[in-house]
Amino acid sequence: MSSLSRDDVAHLAGLARIELSEAELDRMVGELGVILESVAKVQQAPTEGVAPMSHPMPLTNVTRADVVRPSLGAEAVLAGAPEAEQQRFSVPRILDED
Amino acid sequence: MTTVATDAVMDYDEAMRKFDPVMGLEVHVELHTATKMFCGCPTEFGAEPNSQVCPVCLGLPGALPVVNEKAVESAIRIGLALNCEIAEWCRFARKNYFYPDMPKNFQTSQYDEPIAFEGHLDVELEDGSTYRVEIERAHMEEDTGKSLHIGGATGRIHGADHSLVDYNRAGIPLIEIVTKPMVGAGERAPEVAKAYVSALRELLRALDVSDVKMEQGSMRCDANVSLRPHVGDPLSEEQLAVPLGTRTETKNVNSLRSVERAVRYEISRHAAILDGGGSILQETRHWHEDTGITTSGRVKSDAEDYRYFPEPDLVPVAPTRETVDALRGTLPEPPGLRRKRLQSDWGYSDLEMRDVVNAGAVELIEETVAAGASAAAARKWWLGEPSRRANAEGQDIVTYAAGLGLTPAHVAELDGLVASGRLNDSMARQVLDGVLAGEGTPTAVADARGLELVQDDGALEAAVDKVIEANPDVAAKIRDGKVAAAGALIGQVMKEMKGQADAGKARELILAKLQ
Repeated sequence: MSSLSRDDVAHLAGLARIELSEAELDRMVGELGVILESVAKVQQAPTEGVAPMSHPMPLTNVTRADVVRPSLGAEAVLAGAPEAEQQRFSVPRILDED
Repeated sequence: MTTVATDAVMDYDEAMRKFDPVMGLEVHVELHTATKMFCGCPTEFGAEPNSQVCPVCLGLPGALPVVNEKAVESAIRIGLALNCEIAEWCRFARKNYFYPDMPKNFQTSQYDEPIAFEGHLDVELEDGSTYRVEIERAHMEEDTGKSLHIGGATGRIHGADHSLVDYNRAGIPLIEIVTKPMVGAGERAPEVAKAYVSALRELLRALDVSDVKMEQGSMRCDANVSLRPHVGDPLSEEQLAVPLGTRTETKNVNSLRSVERAVRYEISRHAAILDGGGSILQETRHWHEDTGITTSGRVKSDAEDYRYFPEPDLVPVAPTRETVDALRGTLPEPPGLRRKRLQSDWGYSDLEMRDVVNAGAVELIEETVAAGASAAAARKWWLGEPSRRANAEGQDIVTYAAGLGLTPAHVAELDGLVASGRLNDSMARQVLDGVLAGEGTPTAVADARGLELVQDDGALEAAVDKVIEANPDVAAKIRDGKVAAAGALIGQVMKEMKGQADAGKARELILAKLQ
């Protein structure tokens, strides 16, 4: 397992829209590195002949019939919005890099 | 209004002498299930903003998605109709990105395990030849919310100071159908692109899985185009061996005609850059319907790092082979065969049928015939004025007619008015003009404009007598058996009647009196 570089952390912070100061970046490289190392121990488990698993439940095909159920209603939906206008969520200007 | 520098373009024919185009098309189709992909919210188009939203759509803590059974069935049927393999086991994945069109900060999609893969669709071109489009995959995902950008230029993201989001569309089942690189089309690439989207739309409509309304966004197309040097015949071994060039992806090309125009434009634009020694930037492009050009969008970059991982809240989809076979049994008649059957039912010649297909009027005519019109009349009316005007407006006939509210029932009604003898052909044309101008149904237009053949045989007979008396020479010719001479008299009778008479009846009367 290659260790996490400072550039990796800066890249991830950018993707997650989290602004980190230089000092925070330095600290996160160390902290995330420890977490990754811990998780990496799992890779030492003998997995030969074991199928990869992404879910703890051995279930497939859990579906529902295509039948309408009540929605929340716009008022309740927007109750959680910091700002609303024209019955819509108001959000800050999107992506100035676009 | 800001001015955008227009890119240089090379003449298309010259571009084709120098380069070989390769395309890849991605089509997103909204399924017309009653509910969303992962929750029971309705999917009705045009509902009040945020009225079809629940905790699952919003990704509220604790909300758990459950897959819509009908959507999975539709996805499998689409896969089968595209001659795809159907996965025995596949998962959903989270596509992570920060953009307010998805409140969850991810879109539930499929990544490396699509439900359907490795298929093909044979597409008929205008000259009757066939091009096989290889299908890479068809996968299930969910649509995103719709944003309105406020401030700045109207509706544009640039310069907007904030945006308003409606999540009614977020979560509507979406199938993304991706082709393999489409090679060997040569100069016909734009036509092939249009024919593919058209054939796909026809197939999806036949499957009854989507409204496939490009104008409402229930079917959307992204067109990838790249050029490589022209070294020989498009299908020759040497040409196919040339590595692919850098591609651009033109987003949201949302009509059949635009697909053709956008591909053609990008070919000419790439050609100008490459011929001038430049290189193509891998980027998304925005299509501008009004000006027929594309402009630079987003450069593929870090932001494209979606960090897909298996969706932990959903279990795998593993359709049994019995289920797949049962769904195979529900596939409709393939559109190509259906066209042949309709042609025979309607008694059209090959040329007539091709005109109808190229005009995109097969369904309109089918519905018009079902509403009681004769097949010949249905073709005549749809391919006449409405088709001509749709072309002039740069729209397909279905979109154009829908925009004006002209329906198959109207055309059948118009045909009925002619068949019953109320209108003659030229009056019917005036009525159609009225319907196209939004004056109401054919009967209402005819009433309002006072268009009605004079049914009073006495008046017609009087006019015939008057015309015969005024033209003794012509009358004598007809008496001598020169029936063709009657045409001159019919014209005068129609004039006497101010056009409000049945020319056929006038002819009968004239001949009866002179033979």
